[in-house]
Amino acid sequence: MQHDDVIWDIIGNKQFCSFKVKTKSQNFCRNEYSITGVCNRSSCPLANSQYATIREEKGQCFLYMKEIERAAFPARMWEKVKLSKNYEKALEQIDENLIYWPRFLRHKCKQRFTKITQYLIRMRKLVLKRQRKLVPLSRKVESREKRKEEKALIAAQLDNAIEKELLERLKQGTYGDIYNFPVYAFDKALEQQDAESESDAEEEEEEDDEVMGGSFYKSLCLMIEKVFYSERVFPFVQDVGQREFVAEDEVEESDLSDFEDMNKLKTSSDEEEQDESSEEEEEEEVQASRSKGKSPANGSLVRKKRAYVEIEYEQETESASRRRTT
Amino acid sequence: PKHTPPGTTFPPTFSVSEIKNKQRRHQMFMKLKQEKRKQKMQLKKKRRKEREALGDKAPPKEVPKTIENQRVFDETTVDPEDEEIAFDEGTDEFSAYFNGLTNPKVLITTSDRPRGRVVKFCEQLATVIPNAHVYYRRGLALKRIIPQCIARDFTYLIVINQDRQTPNGLVLCHLPDGPTAHFKVSSVRLQKELKRRGKAPTEHSPEVILNNFSTRLGHTIGRLFAALFPQNPQFVGRQVATFHNQRDFIFFRFHRYIFKNEKKVGIQELGPRFTLKLRSLQKGTFDSKYGEFEWVLKRHEMDACRRKFQL
Repeated sequence: MQHDDVIWDIIGNKQFCSFKVKTKSQNFCRNEYSITGVCNRSSCPLANSQYATIREEKGQCFLYMKEIERAAFPARMWEKVKLSKNYEKALEQIDENLIYWPRFLRHKCKQRFTKITQYLIRMRKLVLKRQRKLVPLSRKVESREKRKEEKALIAAQLDNAIEKELLERLKQGTYGDIYNFPVYAFDKALEQQDAESESDAEEEEEEDDEVMGGSFYKSLCLMIEKVFYSERVFPFVQDVGQREFVAEDEVEESDLSDFEDMNKLKTSSDEEEQDESSEEEEEEEVQASRSKGKSPANGSLVRKKRAYVEIEYEQETESASRRRTT
Repeated sequence: PKHTPPGTTFPPTFSVSEIKNKQRRHQMFMKLKQEKRKQKMQLKKKRRKEREALGDKAPPKEVPKTIENQRVFDETTVDPEDEEIAFDEGTDEFSAYFNGLTNPKVLITTSDRPRGRVVKFCEQLATVIPNAHVYYRRGLALKRIIPQCIARDFTYLIVINQDRQTPNGLVLCHLPDGPTAHFKVSSVRLQKELKRRGKAPTEHSPEVILNNFSTRLGHTIGRLFAALFPQNPQFVGRQVATFHNQRDFIFFRFHRYIFKNEKKVGIQELGPRFTLKLRSLQKGTFDSKYGEFEWVLKRHEMDACRRKFQL
C-alpha cells in the first residue's frame, strides 16, 4: 500500500533522498517529474500518490498524471496527455483532465505551463535576432601567426620603405612647387650647366641641388657663399682638382697690423656677424623645432669663411680690492 | 679529447650526443661549434681575397635567398599594362571614388559593449581618417545599420571586433554595395604607447602609401584602403598613412614627414599602428550567411606552402 506520510517522513526529513539538493535557505527536488522544483510535502512526486506535472519535449507540452490505482505498475504509472499549441485550449485541457483534483496541483500545473510557453516564445524570438558565434582559437596557429608576423615586420623594413617612397614621390614631382629651391639660384645653376655641358646634365643638377640644400634660409646663405666662392662662376679656375700654392700673406686676413683698418673691419664685420648670427640662430631654432635638432650647426661653417678679429679688453679693478682691505 | 679509446684513428668517430655527462657534452659541443665557426671564417676570408684579387672580373655577389625572393609565382599577379584589369578597375565599385565623384565618409563602430582599448582605438582611428565618425553600437544588427548609412551618404563602414578589451577583428565594408573585407587585427599600439611620438595628427588629409599589393586580390584590397581617404591629399599637413603588405600581413603606420634635403627625409610616427591579416573578402555588403565570398582564408590549403602568398 502507498503510505505517503511514511514515505515523506523518511525521505523528507530523516533519511536520504537522492533527488534532494540542500542549500542554505532551501531544499530543492531534482526529480524530473516534480512540478515545482522545491522539496516540499505537497510537491514531492514520491510522497504523493496522486500527482500531475507538465513537461516539455522539443517544443511540445505534455500533461503527466499519476494515480494511486496504478501505483503497483510502475511502467504504466504516468499518464501522458498531449496539450494543444493554443494557450487557452491547453488550459482548458488541463482543467478538463484534472477535474476534481486538489486545487494545489491544478494551480501549479497551469503556472508551470504558462512559464514553459513563455520561455518557448523567447527561444523562438532569439533565433531570429543576431546570434553571437564563438570562434575557437587554436593556440598553435595563433603562436605561429604571431611569429610569422614578427618576421614579416623585420623583413618589411617599414621606415626605409616609407622614406624611399616619399623621396620617389618628391623626384617625380607630385609635390609640385612646395619644396622648390629659391628660383634665381636654380636658374643660375641651369645657366652654368648650359655654359659648360661637359658631363651629364643630371649629375650636375644633382650636385647643385645637393650643395644648395633644402631649407630656404640655409640655401640662401650657402648660395651667397657659393656665388662668390664657387669655382664654376669664375671660369678661369677651371681645374677643380689642381693644387695651387699660395703665399701666406695673401690668405691670412686676420693678421692686419693697421689699427684703423682693424677697427673699421671689426665694426663692420661685427655688425655683419650680429645680423648673420641672429639670422642663423633663428634658422637653427626653426630647424631644431622642425627636425628635432638633427640639423648640423651650419652657422659655424659660415662663420669660418668670413674674416673676423678678436680683441680682448682688460679692465683694472684695483680700487675695489683696495677698498676691501681697508 | 679524453674519450678517444686507444687504437682508434683521428679524428674521433663519435658524435657529441653520445656523451652521457652533461657538462662534458656541453664542452665538446662548444668546441665543435668553435671549430665550425673558424672554418667558416677562413672560407669567408679566402673568398674575399679571391674576389679582391679578381677585381672587376669577379663573379657577382650571390644574393641570399629570402622568402620574398623564393616566392612562388602567383598567376594572378597584376601586370601594370594589363588592359583587362584596367578595364575592370574602371568599372568596379571604386570607380565612383577614383573618378572623383564621391567623397569618403567613414562610420566607425564596434561590436556590443566596447571596453577599454577598443574605445580609444576607435577614437584614434577617427582622428587619423578624415571625415570619420564614431558611433556607439547599441546592439543593433549590422543589416539594419547598413541601409541607414547608405541613406546618410556614408561610403565606408568599419566595425571593430573585440576580445577581452582589445581589438582583434575589423570588418571593412564599402557602402553603396561594395565589397566587405574581414581582417584579423593584431599588435595594436595606441598613440600613448608609441615611443618618440609626435603631436596629435591634424585635420589635414594625409597621403596614402600602398606597398606590395601585387596580385589581383591585393589590388582590390589596396583600392579598398585607398578609397578610405580623400582623393586630394593636403601636402601642407605633411602626413602620410602607409599600408605595407609583407607576406600577407598588412602593416598600418601613420607618420609625419619632413624633407631635409633632396636625398633625405625624416619621419616621425604619430597615430596608432596595427597589423591586419585578411580573412575573407565578400562581394556585397556585410552578409555572413548568404553572401558571395570572393576569397576566404582556408588555412590548410594556404598555409601549407611557406612561400606562397595571396596578397
